[in-house]
Order: sequence, then structure tokens, then C-alpha cells
Amino acid sequence: MSTAPRHTALDALHRSLGATMTDFAGWDMPLRYASERDEHNAVRTKAGLFDLSHMGEITVTGPQAVDLLNFALVGNIGTVGLGRARYTMICQEDGGIVDDLIVYRLGETEYMVVANAGNAQVVLDALIARSEGFDAEVRDDRDAYALIAVQGPESPGILKSVTDADLDGLKYYAGLPGTVAGVPALIARTGYTGEDGFELFVEPKHAETLWQALTEAGAGVGLIPCGLSCRDTLRLEAGMPLYGNELTTSLTPFDAGLGRVVKFEKDGDFVGRTSLEAAAERAETAPPRKLVGLIAEGRRVPRSGYQVVADGKVIGEVTSGAPSPTLGKPIAMAYVDAAFAAPGTAGVGVDIRGSHEPYEVVALPFYKRQK
Amino acid sequence: MSNPQQLRYSKEHEWLATAEDGVATVGITEFAANALGDVVYAQLPEVGDTVTAGETCGELESTKSVSDLYSPVTGEVVAANQDVVDDPSLVNSAPFEGGWLFKVRVTDEPGDLLSADEYTALSGN
Repeated sequence: MSTAPRHTALDALHRSLGATMTDFAGWDMPLRYASERDEHNAVRTKAGLFDLSHMGEITVTGPQAVDLLNFALVGNIGTVGLGRARYTMICQEDGGIVDDLIVYRLGETEYMVVANAGNAQVVLDALIARSEGFDAEVRDDRDAYALIAVQGPESPGILKSVTDADLDGLKYYAGLPGTVAGVPALIARTGYTGEDGFELFVEPKHAETLWQALTEAGAGVGLIPCGLSCRDTLRLEAGMPLYGNELTTSLTPFDAGLGRVVKFEKDGDFVGRTSLEAAAERAETAPPRKLVGLIAEGRRVPRSGYQVVADGKVIGEVTSGAPSPTLGKPIAMAYVDAAFAAPGTAGVGVDIRGSHEPYEVVALPFYKRQK
Repeated sequence: MSNPQQLRYSKEHEWLATAEDGVATVGITEFAANALGDVVYAQLPEVGDTVTAGETCGELESTKSVSDLYSPVTGEVVAANQDVVDDPSLVNSAPFEGGWLFKVRVTDEPGDLLSADEYTALSGN
């Protein structure tokens, strides 16, 4: 499928800000506005503003909405309280990961599933297929929302100055409807940066108003617009997986070290249960490879697909790698043979275009914010 | 962004400043630096190395990618910019000045080096 890239409601604004744009999952998105390192550091120390309108929203409503989600996803959606959110996954019958998702409970019988842009259609199709027999409706709401995120330690103060919503009462992984800068918004305390922050779902026609209001509200405390390039290094430092890199249909949540999202104890059957039980057993007794962190001793940067080596043998593969602005060194996530996965394992390197550069094996994440 | 008139350019986005003593200073253009994003690591040719026009002689790593560095001319390397090795962000902040990469005693140069105007037309900037 080859079509022209889609544009978000903020496209003209990004261009007026001089953004370098990039094609991401079929969308023309800001890669960076100026220096991606400055943008990264702004989110770690002050605040950053992101257009994430490429993310795919799917609404599930009806008396059996929760039963459908419990059947279609691996998490226990029945325990998600009103106004709360849950990180979860949707898997194939063979246990392979279709996508990682956030599910927001917007009402008694109303949920919003947020999928990665590149997987939104597949997730939508799967939810519709899996909804058969349930008294629930699956609705494609991808065009109903623009998504703007404000992330970083200054983000609560910035948002407070443009909303009367009770942000202090809004916990991490919670969402509430409110008014921000005069426009109706779903305010969620979620993000993908390792910092405190908010994601604001609004109608596309209100996106520009909201963006400008947040820009003005944050100008005095160092908020700057941020592109997808720094979002990638922020999530990498925070040890958060990216679909297509750490997560694929050929891996189960257990293979990815995220078996905790699979809730076998929930009521009823769910897609992938039998395969995932086997995967859980395998991860416990004879894990094939494990996801680890790698920190460079040198300055050359590992990239996705580079081989991890020890004693001249290939023992794994890098899934994501970048220079870490916070650590000041190149870092990577990699799947390595279990025998080499323990933090501090000696003699591990990455084959960087023919030369074996030494790397330290560490536990994830690389960065954890001080609360 | 403007490409200095007194420099010459390669299609691989290097610039070249030739002095009367036959030593040329080489860097990458502002267009190339912007396309790379923040440069975090520079592997430059070493003094004494022979570089060949159009062939790789080092690499530049940025947040998102690694790019080969091509020499626009043939000759012997007489200097590499240690300031850039220590602080690669100079390539972004001053690509035509403090962000120069290496100096070559030129023995041969290709016939297809570009003027500033020709390079501007090529790069669209």
C-alpha cells in the first residue's frame, strides 16, 4: 500500500516553526524543530510539546464492551476503574504481539483504545473480528482526535495555568474529561518519555488553539516544541519498548520481558491464552533470549539490527540504539542469549560495521526520574 | 542558510577551501549538517593518511543515523580537527568555520567540484 502521507491538524504550524518533517507510519510528522538533543533535555529538565496525532484511537462501547476487551486483549480490563488507564497488549492466537496499547475507561461502558499509528488498522480489524457475539460496538475514531502531549517536570504547572481541571487528583495512568484553553479535552496523565506529563485528546479543529495556548503558557519555563526524534531517545532511556523494534508478531509479551501484562487469572477465555501459557512456561524454564540494556564504553552508536557478540560469536541483536543525551554515551536495547543477559556480564560487544565495540550489559531502564 | 561563495563543493555535501600552499580544508555543508541532526561522534582520517576523491575516509554519527564521510579531493591528510572530535556539535553550530573536519595536501582533485551557486541549486538550499 503506497499512498501520500497523511497530515495532522497541526501540519501548517509545524512548517511555520521550521520543523524537519519525516514519514512515520504513513504520517508526515515533525522529526525535530531544531536540535533533538536540546528537545530531549528540555523534556528531562523543563517541558516539551509534542504532536502525537498519528496515534490511532478506537472507541469500544456497549454493555459488553469490557467483556469484548477482556477477550480481545491480554490484560484484565475488568479491573480498570472509571477514569483510569491501563498499558496492555493485543496478541495473535499464537501469542505474537500485534500491538501494545493504552486502554482508557471513559465511561461505565465506554473505553478508548489507543494503538500505534502503524498498527491502528490491524488493531481495528482485529477488534471488529473479535467483537462477534459481544453486545459491543467498535468504532474507528482515528479522525475524531488530535493528540497533543506536554511532558516534563514543568508540565503540571503549565497545564494548570490553562485548565481548572483537578490535575493534582489526576494520578499517573488516569484520564478525565475537562476544558483546556477553552476547548474540550480528554486529559490523560500518560506519556512515553519517562517524565511526568499529560496527553490531551481534542477534536482536530481545536488542536491549533490548544497548541498555541500551551506554547504561551510554557514559554516562561522553557517549554519547546519537540519532534519524534527526541521522543525515541526519551523512551529508549526510560526502557520503554517500541513496536517494530522490541515488540513484533514473532515475539510474545513473555519474550519481551513484559509477561506481567498478561492476566491469566481473568474471567473467560482470551485470544492467545493457550499459546501464552506455554510462552510463560518457556520464559520461566528455558528463555531463548532476554531483553537487556547495553551501555557503550566508546562513542560509536549501535543501531537497530546490529549484532551483539561475545567471544567472536553472535549472541544477540540490537533492537534500538541511540546516543543518550542524559548518560552522554551510546545506549541500546538488545535481545541477547540468556547466558549473557545478567547485568555486568563480561566480554559483550556490539559489531559496529565490522569492529567489535565493548558494551556493558545493564538492567533496564537506563533512566528513572526522581519523584 | 547560505553557502559561502569562496568555497567549492562536492555532490556528497562536503565543502573545500583551497589555500595557495596547496592545502585544502574540508568540512560538511550546513545543509548536510541539518540533514544529519545533532552530530555526536566524528571519526576523522588521521594525519598521514592518504584520502582519495569520492571515497570514504571517516564517518559522522548523529542521533538517528551514521553517515560516511567522503573526501572531495585526493591527497595526504595534514590535520584533523581535534576540536570536532572532542565536541562534535561544532559540525552543527559552525559547519563552515570551527566545524571543519580535516586538511589535505592536494595531489589531485576531480573536475566536477561545484561553485556555491551550483551547490545551492543542487541542494535546494
